[in-house]
Amino acid sequence: MTQTLLWLAQRITAVILAVCVVVHLATIIYAVQGGLTAAEILGRTRGNTAWLAFYSLFVFAAAIHAPIGLRPVLGEWLRWRGASREAFLILFSVMLLATGMRAALAVFA
Amino acid sequence: MRVLVKRSSAVQEFEVPRHPSQTVLDVVTYIQRKLDPTLAYRFACRVGMCGSCAMTVNGAPRWTCRTHVDRVLKNNELAIGPLRNLPVIRDLVTDMREFFDKWARAQGRFRGGRTKHDDFEKVIPDSPERKAADAGIECIGCAVCYSACNVVAANPQYLGPAALNRAWTLLKDARSVDAIEKLRAVAGDAGCHACHTHMDCTERCPKHISPTAAIAGLKRATATAALKGEL
Repeated sequence: MTQTLLWLAQRITAVILAVCVVVHLATIIYAVQGGLTAAEILGRTRGNTAWLAFYSLFVFAAAIHAPIGLRPVLGEWLRWRGASREAFLILFSVMLLATGMRAALAVFA
Repeated sequence: MRVLVKRSSAVQEFEVPRHPSQTVLDVVTYIQRKLDPTLAYRFACRVGMCGSCAMTVNGAPRWTCRTHVDRVLKNNELAIGPLRNLPVIRDLVTDMREFFDKWARAQGRFRGGRTKHDDFEKVIPDSPERKAADAGIECIGCAVCYSACNVVAANPQYLGPAALNRAWTLLKDARSVDAIEKLRAVAGDAGCHACHTHMDCTERCPKHISPTAAIAGLKRATATAALKGEL
């Protein structure tokens, strides 16, 4: 049951990430056209709740997607299975969420 | 041609004459009958039905009785060894117990709900369910897919392509009554969710079955059952 739900969660977040990555890359390509400055980036993101919502979704999806993908890698390459692996993956997820949200909030506030 | 046979002790070299329409099994049989009677190997039907003669031929698992030497010979050389991912009993003979135990663990046996007093179940040949089952039922249990699978090599608990394909064909059988039990048996780290879709099984299956498609079907079916709270 748990593993089936993990698989589902990874599939759903993959769909979200596919859209997020395309928007993110397209914005980068668009934004660097006239040179790249911190002021220009902050001018776009500061106080803009739409960008905050977008990057929050991006961060949440990545924090769910990446640990689920890392799980079999640890199991198959390092033979690391059991409760300690799951604990590590939860920590990893929290780390992605915390650092990601820190970045998203930093360019918003 | 030069034939290198990976035996329990060491790799042994033989010189075997070429013949038209010669199969790899013919080569092994020639070695055993004319050159070294101590060579152990397994075969039965010689016509691609029984699934007992699979070996590793020039690096890939194959059914040797229906593999022509013409197709696999490289630089007039043939390297023959036992199947990968299975314990070797002796020379080219592997212990298939774990392989078939996993079929049992995947609930790879039919369970119907009717008795002799009931009428026959109607099986509609053109229904999507029946077509999905038909696509996988010609499996001969040769373990070529199991030997080709990199996930089995990395995760010994993994049920493997053949067992999961078997579970899938039974799940799609209109007469089957234990769908949820089967889905529970095949879900998880040892089951369908361990598959990385490398498709080595599908590429190697001598019967051109796609266990990958069966496993993808099991992933969908388990997900649907999980969302309904049935798993």
